[in-house]
Amino acid sequence: MYAYTKFDTDFNSDRVAQFRDQVARRIDGSLSEEEFRPLRLMNGLYLMLHAYMLRVAIPYGTLNSVQMHALADIADRFDKGYGHFTTRQNIQFNWPKLQEVPDILAALAKVDMHAVQTSGACVRNVSADHFAGAAADEIDDPRPTAEFIRQWSTDHPEFAFLPRKFKFAVTGSPHDRAVTKMHDVGLRLLQDGDGQPGYEVSVGGGLGRTPMIGRTVRKFLPRIDLLPYLEAILQVYNELGRRDNKYKARIKITVHETGLEEITRMIEARFLQQRTRFDGSDQFLFDRIRGDFSAPDYRHGTCEDFQSARRLNPAFRSFTDTNLNAHKNPDYTSITVSLKTHGQTPGDATSSQMRALADIAARWSHNELRVSHEQNIILPHVHKNHVPAVFDALKKIGLATANIGLISDIIACPGMDYCDLATARSINVAQGIATRFDELKLEHDIGPIKLKISGCINACGHHHVGHIGILGLQKAGVESYQITLGGDGTENTAIGKVMGPGFAAEEIIPAIERLIYAYLDLRDNAQETFLQAYRRLGAQPFKAAVYQTQDKANAA
Amino acid sequence: MTHTVDNQIVTANHLLSGEVVYLRADNSWSNAHSEAEVLTDKEAADARLRDAKKQGDVVISPYLAGTAMNEIGKPVPNVLRERLRTRGPTNRFHGKQVG
Repeated sequence: MYAYTKFDTDFNSDRVAQFRDQVARRIDGSLSEEEFRPLRLMNGLYLMLHAYMLRVAIPYGTLNSVQMHALADIADRFDKGYGHFTTRQNIQFNWPKLQEVPDILAALAKVDMHAVQTSGACVRNVSADHFAGAAADEIDDPRPTAEFIRQWSTDHPEFAFLPRKFKFAVTGSPHDRAVTKMHDVGLRLLQDGDGQPGYEVSVGGGLGRTPMIGRTVRKFLPRIDLLPYLEAILQVYNELGRRDNKYKARIKITVHETGLEEITRMIEARFLQQRTRFDGSDQFLFDRIRGDFSAPDYRHGTCEDFQSARRLNPAFRSFTDTNLNAHKNPDYTSITVSLKTHGQTPGDATSSQMRALADIAARWSHNELRVSHEQNIILPHVHKNHVPAVFDALKKIGLATANIGLISDIIACPGMDYCDLATARSINVAQGIATRFDELKLEHDIGPIKLKISGCINACGHHHVGHIGILGLQKAGVESYQITLGGDGTENTAIGKVMGPGFAAEEIIPAIERLIYAYLDLRDNAQETFLQAYRRLGAQPFKAAVYQTQDKANAA
Repeated sequence: MTHTVDNQIVTANHLLSGEVVYLRADNSWSNAHSEAEVLTDKEAADARLRDAKKQGDVVISPYLAGTAMNEIGKPVPNVLRERLRTRGPTNRFHGKQVG
């Protein structure tokens, strides 16, 4: 992974000193809150419902054991002994105190971490495929590109005060696990006919209150043109993006209002101008970054222990059936550690779990971990013969749930239990659904399904791209949950459709049950997934089952 | 002419700790919702919010929240958000609900 240079460490320590001074001036009154607020947001510090919240950057979801240990220490020293891994591959601490935040940032800087630009109207954490550098289906590792964009966008003076937040995502695989088409700019790594590296560039995707799928503005952009092209996009956005209305300020609205053809023309024209300003020296930087992302020093050896454990241990077989992802080295695998233990808060880990994960990674995953936007932790490079030992170690810390990709592997935002913006709680709904289907012992029968819950219209829980999405609203002061169907965050991007009127808190889980029983009843065979069945049948039969209307559709 | 509104209180977060606080009649801040000054008309409510905003050295993000009254005349929260602010999250035993 990327290794900080002296420039990087100096930048971090200067930034900490700068924020320490800003906090001191806020406390002594020389800075008003109005002056301080944009500064604290650019350092990841929010005010939430009960307390401040600090969002620490985990660039493209990659961290090493030392860094995970540091996060655990911060959780213990400055917070309540746990952290929350987010849908943008970051970590959030829910209970920091203002005067201690500079010390938290200093502790992060010691391990080459930061909270820079995790909030504010600027370029945020660049997200990437959480199996980057490992996945068997990858064309190339997207993380050098993500790191390149991170460095370019950090403290970029022209783009420090955009109309609104700006999010990049990069995938190195045609199987898009980074949800690129729902980002302000999505990049898909490609190669041209001569094997030259480049990107398909999409602009104007987003979730939130007006979900939109990104539009392709460039089918193939050579890698050497990446920075001038991104500058062109941001310059056009800076010029056209609305600053009069917060709810129309994202680039997706700009694309929608300007039209794809016109905005592409503007970007391409600006790109030609910007390209003359780049002399190619940025490519030296890219190549140096790329060198830091070399393949791990793979170990060799038999995979016999893996095979025999699968034969002899049903729990291990179940775990390896659900929680592994194919690695480019056939003797290796990537393990997804579920932070969705039935009944627990999705995405949370205690400090002792973090420490144990750090040690497991140091011992068996070449010192590397990932955070996925689905709020799980990945051990990207595990030799198959070590998987039994990893499984045993995960069991000891209560993180061996074999539910990846199943109905209890729910994305859920923190919701009204924590978030100032929320209109409903989401954690309790996630816990209730997970527990219910665990009780019914139906998870494996139901098969692959992505259920996502947002506690308000800002959609941080990604409900729009859930096969089943749940949106928590409020009606007459009471929580009301709307179900959406048919969302898809992969390269077959689709926005879910609202099924019908919302459900009260005590009704939503029975409604989801009826929905799932309808699927089990209607599917062609046990291999037809929920999403496939929905695409074949449409919403009507599911709607009839959930709302229990008279006209039950006959299966096609 | 004063307009009648639902009863309101001023609430904010403590600048340093981030903890939820409520404005008392004497301009001090309490951790307890029941000690909040209850404002019964719009002009008084707007005036007290303005007063709160002058205390930027103590609190951050003050706003007016509706309130109900209990049988002994103390303000009690009447919406989920404000109920949550008096106790903390429902998924963990953290925040105000801990003693």
